[in-house]
Amino acid sequence: MGSRSAVIVGIGRTAYRRGSGRTTLGMATEACRAALDDAGMPVSEVDGIVCFSTGDSVIPILVGYALGLDGLAYPLEIKGGGNYASIVVAQAVAAVEAGMCETALVYRSLNSLSGHRYGRVDGALVAEGHIQYGAPHGYLVPGQWFAMMARRHMHDYGSTYEDLGHVAIQTRAHAANNPHAILRTPITMDDYLDSRWIYDPFRIYDCALEADGAAAVLVTTAERARDLKQPAVRMLGHAAWLGAGGLPDQWPDMSALYSANVGPRLWDMTGLTPGDMDLACLYDCFTYTTLATLEDYGFCGKGEAGRFFADGRATYGGDVVVNPHGGLLSEAYIHGMNHHFEAVLQLRGQAGERQVKDAALCLVSAGTGPYGGALVYGRD
Amino acid sequence: MDTSVAPPLPVANPLTEFFWEGTRAHKLLILRCQSCGHFVHYPRPVCERCLSEDLAPEEVSGNATLYSYTITMKPWHPFWVDKVPYVLASVELPEQPDLKMLTNIVECEHDALEIGMPVEVTFRQVAAELTLPFFKPVGS
Repeated sequence: MGSRSAVIVGIGRTAYRRGSGRTTLGMATEACRAALDDAGMPVSEVDGIVCFSTGDSVIPILVGYALGLDGLAYPLEIKGGGNYASIVVAQAVAAVEAGMCETALVYRSLNSLSGHRYGRVDGALVAEGHIQYGAPHGYLVPGQWFAMMARRHMHDYGSTYEDLGHVAIQTRAHAANNPHAILRTPITMDDYLDSRWIYDPFRIYDCALEADGAAAVLVTTAERARDLKQPAVRMLGHAAWLGAGGLPDQWPDMSALYSANVGPRLWDMTGLTPGDMDLACLYDCFTYTTLATLEDYGFCGKGEAGRFFADGRATYGGDVVVNPHGGLLSEAYIHGMNHHFEAVLQLRGQAGERQVKDAALCLVSAGTGPYGGALVYGRD
Repeated sequence: MDTSVAPPLPVANPLTEFFWEGTRAHKLLILRCQSCGHFVHYPRPVCERCLSEDLAPEEVSGNATLYSYTITMKPWHPFWVDKVPYVLASVELPEQPDLKMLTNIVECEHDALEIGMPVEVTFRQVAAELTLPFFKPVGS
């Protein structure tokens, strides 16, 4: 135990598809091996694996076993959704820095289209626990709640359908430059407004692109990183807030998200400001999540995010490039782990056509509603 | 189309059975701390304000204001196939700030929905053992 520091040294992923035909184990091992190859590190050095899952994926010790490891010093599976997509990385960094393991893989592997779909009710729904107060009324999928939050934001701040549309349009425009993204055809405001309703105020273009795939990052000590292939990326700070017992409808102010709590703490902890960020990979399970978190993290005032997007401030040449990969809306719904892949790629200057010039600092957020977290990555 | 299908039925537990017994009797009951008077919803075993475990259901007025809503266009379950679009809502009860519950708004045109509008409870039996507390515009 000591004051050693941990850094991100590798990233890996599978293809993202609308139907993988693969197991979550197969995709997890592929993404993890890709992260190891990226770093130039042998798998034998891995002694920690961290993931999150809602019970829809393979557990870390099976991934380690499949990769030929006899065991793991630090296996951790966090039960939860995309709200844990930053916490898992922070856990791996903390575990390495504390000496509980030397090298840790972090992955998320899911068949969010062909397997368990968050945007669908599979079979008979048993309305147990708190669900008994929602499901009998037809509150069946998470997006309905976030639609209600967006509606409250519209009421409190005068935001509009078009504001949501600007997020969808800009995010898709970014995806057009990303060969790994599933949806790359640009859309117009007319396309957006003509797209089919799911739950007002959300249309289909407001919703994450359910897909299958896996993404992984590799964490080890800064000392070990010196001998590896890639420039290291450092986590400069992490903050999270899991509020309201995980019950979105009991969050007191629905015009703000968890990020209203996390943002100020993250900036205080890192000594940085939103203006310092070259890019932001904002968790975007819905357009409204991008919009509200952009405001909560302080890139603009409440109610101003739609205009921020419309005025080109969220893209190249603007204030901050938001989701240059196309996010969950257009690249793929890999539950937020794809945001970490993109952040590291950008900070290493390896994003090709969509490279954010001189990218040195990136905010990555995770989650929506009352629960989520965020971290800042910087070039080491 | 099978319209005899039931919605997802609540699985009552020792903390929640009072609520469903209440709706069957057309009473809206909310758990209340007998020590400090704080209402607790969803039902929990401890008062979040004073940590007393002495909680009991009390009938509330049935008045509320619309806090927010979404209009669901797509049936996510067979029960709603012939009921879309329907209004899923959060209403705030006047008994206490931030005392909110999930419900449906009924007897209201969608373009008449307005956050802040006064609504009142109305009970409807939707399955043999299930009566739900819906809300409708006051005076509708």
